[in-house]
Amino acid sequence: MTLFTRTPRVLLAGGLAAALLATAACGTGDSAASAGASGSTTLSIVGFAVPEAANKAIAAEFTKTPEGEGVTFKTSYGASGDQSRAVEAGLDADYVHFSVSSDVMRLVDAGLVDESWDDGDNKGVVSRSVVVFGVREGNPKNITSWDDLIEPGVEIVTPNPGSSGAARWNALAAYGQVIAGGGTEAEATDYLDKFFANVVSLPGSGRDATTSFLGGTGDVLMAYENEAILANQSGQGFDYVIPETTLLIENPGAVLKDADPKAREWLDFVLSDAGQRQFALTGFRPIRDDVDYGGTVEGANDPSDPFPAVPNLLTVEKDFGSWSELSAKYFDEENGIVTRAIIASGKAE
Amino acid sequence: MSTTNTLDRTSGVGLGIAMTWFSLLVLIPLSAVVFTAAGGGWDLFWRTVTGEQTAAAIRLTVGQAALVTVVNVVMGTLIAWVLVRDHFRGKALLEVLIDIPFALPTIVAGLVLLALYGKDSPLGIDVANQRSAVFLAFLFVTLPFVVRMVQPTLAELDKEVEEAAASLGASRVTTFRRVILPSIVPAITAGAALSFARGVSEYGSLVLLSGNLPFRTEVTSVRILSSIENNNLAGAAATATVLLVISLAVIVLLDVLQRRVSGRG
Repeated sequence: MTLFTRTPRVLLAGGLAAALLATAACGTGDSAASAGASGSTTLSIVGFAVPEAANKAIAAEFTKTPEGEGVTFKTSYGASGDQSRAVEAGLDADYVHFSVSSDVMRLVDAGLVDESWDDGDNKGVVSRSVVVFGVREGNPKNITSWDDLIEPGVEIVTPNPGSSGAARWNALAAYGQVIAGGGTEAEATDYLDKFFANVVSLPGSGRDATTSFLGGTGDVLMAYENEAILANQSGQGFDYVIPETTLLIENPGAVLKDADPKAREWLDFVLSDAGQRQFALTGFRPIRDDVDYGGTVEGANDPSDPFPAVPNLLTVEKDFGSWSELSAKYFDEENGIVTRAIIASGKAE
Repeated sequence: MSTTNTLDRTSGVGLGIAMTWFSLLVLIPLSAVVFTAAGGGWDLFWRTVTGEQTAAAIRLTVGQAALVTVVNVVMGTLIAWVLVRDHFRGKALLEVLIDIPFALPTIVAGLVLLALYGKDSPLGIDVANQRSAVFLAFLFVTLPFVVRMVQPTLAELDKEVEEAAASLGASRVTTFRRVILPSIVPAITAGAALSFARGVSEYGSLVLLSGNLPFRTEVTSVRILSSIENNNLAGAAATATVLLVISLAVIVLLDVLQRRVSGRG
C-alpha cells in the first residue's frame, strides 16, 4: 500500500523504462525438464511451443535405448522466431526444432548451424502437419472448402502472419490453393484480400488464436492438424475440417555445430520410426508414410484413420520455391502480398 | 568538520550506487534502443514511423492511453478519497483488490477480460475485436497507479486545515479546489504519468481481446513485434523510440502542469 510514497519522479522514470523495455525485449522462459537417470550428458533442446509433448515422449523413449542411456534434457519452448533469436543471441542449445526453416537459416547465417543441415534424406524436416479449418461444434456454417471461408458473414480467426512466423503457413495455404486450382496470381491476391476482409481477429500466436477461438471469437480458426488433435487429446478441442487442397507444414530440426555428439544420435532417433511414432501419437504426420504408430491416434476426427491423404497437397518447395524467396515476396513489411492484403482489410472499414 | 566529511562520503557512495543502478537498468538499455534506431539511418526511421499501419497503431495507442489516463485521474482520485476518508465494511478487502492488476500476469488478465467481455460474455458486454477492448485492457492494468499515488498524500492531509477553511467561510468546492487539490496534484500527475506510460507499452492483457486488427485495434507493441519477426530490429527500435519520446513529452508536460497548479495554492 505504501509502495509509492515520496519519490514519484524516480519511480516514474523507472516504471516508464521498464514498461518500454518489456515491449522491446520479449523474454524467453527457460524451463528445465529432465528425463532419465543420473547421466553424464545433458542435451539442450530449444523449440517452438507445439511439439513439447512429442519431444518429451521421444526423450522418454530415447533414454531407454543404449545410445540414450543416462542422457538428460534441458528444454526451452516458446514462439519459433523468439526461440531462434534467443539461440542466435547465445541461448545454449544442442538441438533446435522450429516451425519454419527460415528460423534455422538465421542460425546458419550466424554460423551456429552447419550449412549442410538440410542435406539428409529428410531435408532437415523432423515433423509434418497440414493446414486445417477449426470449426464450431457440428460445423453449423458448413465450412468445407476455401471458397466457403470468403462467403459474406463468415468470421475467421488466424494468428497474425506479421508477428508470428508460424502463422505464415496459413496465409501461404490460402494463396497457394488458388494457384493450385488453376487461378492466376491476380486471382490469388484477390482471394487473399477477401480472406483477410473476413478475418475478425489476428492474435499474436497460434496458441493465442486457439484461446481466442475457444473464447467464442469467430466461426473458423486457421489451425494445424496436429494442434487440433493435441487440443482434442487434452479435452480443450474443436472440430476440424481438412480441405481438399491444403499446404503441407514441414517443421525443421537441426543440431548445432558445437553440440554434444549425443545430439546427433538424438536427431537420428527423432527421425527413426520410434521417434516419428511419438510425433504421430501427438498429432503430427510422420515424415515417412510407412511409420507404424499402431493405427490409431486419439483426438483425430477418425482415430482409426487419423491422417487421411489430402487430394491436392501443396508444399513450400514445389509451390513456393524456398522460405527466403517467399519471405520477401509475401511477407515483406511494406510490399509483401500478404502484408498488403492485411493492410487493405484494415482500411476497408 | 569530521562529521561533514563522513556525511559527504556516505551520500557520495549513495549517489554513486543510485547512478550505477539507474544506468544499468535504465540509461544503458534505453540508449541501446535509440542507438539501434539510429543505426538504421534517418530514412528507415522516418519510413517506419510514418508507414500508415505503424502510424495508425501509434495514434491508437497514444490516444487510448491518454483517454484512459484522464479517466484514471478522476476515478483514481475518487477511489483514493473513498479509501482514506470513508469507513465501510469490506474496505480492507478493497484495499487488497486494487492491487490485483499489479500482481496478475498480463496474459492472465487478458484471459479474464476475454472470458468476461468477449463473445460469450456472461455480462452481455461484448467488446471483442473493437477499439473499446483496447481501452478496457488499458483501464484494467493502469487502475492502481493514481489510487496508490494519491492515497498516502491524502492520508497525511491535515483535516484541521479544511475545517479552518470552512470556518473562514469557504464552500466545500472552494476548500477542495484551493486547499486539498494543490496538495494532491503532484501525486495525481505522477500517477497519471505512470498510468500513461504503462498504457502505451501494454501488450499482454489486450492481445486476446483486441484481435490486433490493423488500423482498428492494433497497438504499437504489436507493430514492434512484427518488425522483430521480419528481422527489422532498426525498425522495431524506431517505433520504440517514438513511444519513448512521446512518453517523455507527456511526463514533462504533466510536470509543468503540476508546478503551475500546485504553485497557485
